[in-house]
Amino acid sequence: MAVQTQATLQAVPSAEDEAGQAYFDKIIAEDSRIEPADWMPEKYRKTLVRQMSQHAHSEIIGMQPEANWITRAPSLKRKAILMAKVQDEAGHGLYLYSATETLGTPRDVLNQQLLEGKAKYSSIFNYPANSWADMGAIGWLVDGAAIANQVPLCRASYGPYGRAMVRICKEESFHQRQGFEILLELSNGTPAQKQMAQDAVNRFYAPALMMFGPTDTDSPNSQQSMAWNIKRFSNDELRSRFVGMIQEQVKVLGLTLPDDKIRYNEETGMWEHGELDWDEFHEVLAGRGPCNAQRMERRREAHENGAWVREAAAAYAEKKAQKAQVA
Amino acid sequence: MSGESATRITPGNAFRPEDVAAQVAQGLQVGEDVAEYALRLGDDALILAQRLGWWISRAPELEEDIALGNIALDQIGHARSFLTYAGAAWGKSEDDLAYFRGEDGFRSSYLVEQPNGDFGKTIARQLVISVYQHELYSRLVASTDATLAAVAAKALKEVDYHRDHAKQWTLRLGDGTEESNRRITAGLVSVWPYVDQLFQDDELIERLDGVAVRPSELREPFDAYIAAVLAEAGLEVPQVPNAMTDKSRRRHSEHLGYLLAEMQVLAREHPGATW
Repeated sequence: MAVQTQATLQAVPSAEDEAGQAYFDKIIAEDSRIEPADWMPEKYRKTLVRQMSQHAHSEIIGMQPEANWITRAPSLKRKAILMAKVQDEAGHGLYLYSATETLGTPRDVLNQQLLEGKAKYSSIFNYPANSWADMGAIGWLVDGAAIANQVPLCRASYGPYGRAMVRICKEESFHQRQGFEILLELSNGTPAQKQMAQDAVNRFYAPALMMFGPTDTDSPNSQQSMAWNIKRFSNDELRSRFVGMIQEQVKVLGLTLPDDKIRYNEETGMWEHGELDWDEFHEVLAGRGPCNAQRMERRREAHENGAWVREAAAAYAEKKAQKAQVA
Repeated sequence: MSGESATRITPGNAFRPEDVAAQVAQGLQVGEDVAEYALRLGDDALILAQRLGWWISRAPELEEDIALGNIALDQIGHARSFLTYAGAAWGKSEDDLAYFRGEDGFRSSYLVEQPNGDFGKTIARQLVISVYQHELYSRLVASTDATLAAVAAKALKEVDYHRDHAKQWTLRLGDGTEESNRRITAGLVSVWPYVDQLFQDDELIERLDGVAVRPSELREPFDAYIAAVLAEAGLEVPQVPNAMTDKSRRRHSEHLGYLLAEMQVLAREHPGATW
């Protein structure tokens, strides 16, 4: 009987819901922040869980292409820097999982969604890191694109997300500079090194541009996210801004971008670039990129191989708790 | 020195590999024996770091990706300082030594060369090496060689955490589940034949009285610490024969060749290049 009453009550918006919605609308209108204990529309919560966990998964999967070069880094200093960088990515993942947990979805569940292929991560990490110069290109272009995407997220309406992004952006900007520095060193090195750098830029340019997501005309979730002050700029705006930035920086590197259509449009105030291969984007998104299978297999393997360790830690903690209770 | 700002942009104002390099550049003289000793310390740290770095993105938990990565990072730092110092005797840089020596030029111990195996074996190896390094560095801080003492002082603070990490995991694996007990036991058995080499004295150690720490002196405190941890974890000290190794550390396990092939490949493809 009690259950039935509750179900009936939930079907109609309660006075509490209405007050919550009013408060929520006010916060959004004021461009202020929603905190974990605040009322929020279910769709807002879901959108955030999807976006934040996808971001966290990207950090975790994104460790793999770079970890691919830790054991082969060509100097001890570079090895140390790369290790520290990949470690930062793990830290970002943890940070974002924790922020997502404040919305009521535990890390285990999020991880399970990743392992079962129900949750996405950034497609860029489904491209291989074939050469050392890729450590530079990933830092400069991939982290660079991530920063362009993420800096506006520091003002996201959901408090824990915005605050997590502040710290993450600081570290990412450091990562971008180290990537740039790797490429600069290579570009000023031997002809073989310079060629390695150019090849990496050639391979990562288009995938990095696609990190901003589909064009505005083809981005179904963007509008609602912008209305909720989660997203601040459209995909194309951010992409254009990024192109403007890197076309300047590439000159300092003494390298070129593999795109002869880059130009500044005085009328729109936007940077334009060549056509991107959106068929490829959708192929990779659908799981048919060069490394999708490999990345997921590695994550699953790590998870499965580590099961006995996590079980041991849990069993140990339980034994300790029981002993403490007896004492 | 006096003109320098007291504040340096480096974590904790720690003694860095670059500080050793600066001393070398200012004409610091390093004798061959001291260099040979520094090679042993540096190579153990380097090979261990190379092994541990593999775990990043493969560990049982994200927290362990970070922890093992951190330990590897600390060890790389120690390796860079020791190798920079050693290299001064022969006009070589840390990278010359790391990337352009063959197996017979390395002075690493069999223990650090052992493959990672599963998490149980990695923790077993970590327990041995971190307890050993802790005993070693806590004495090396009193070395008559100021540089070795300074590197040891920094390393000691970090190895203290490594030892605690290894201990905490040994307790959890030993006293966790049957499976974890089986695996950590197997890990300990697997690395134990190579423990004895760490504690062997040789002529070099004799010649470096006051500079080097006598390895044999570390055995007793090592055994005591290990015995206490294993007892608390419900584990036993493995009763397995010592492997025939090499107290002067010129001979190596079969594993080292593969490790170096991977570590050195890119640098050797581009001799003379800077990165």
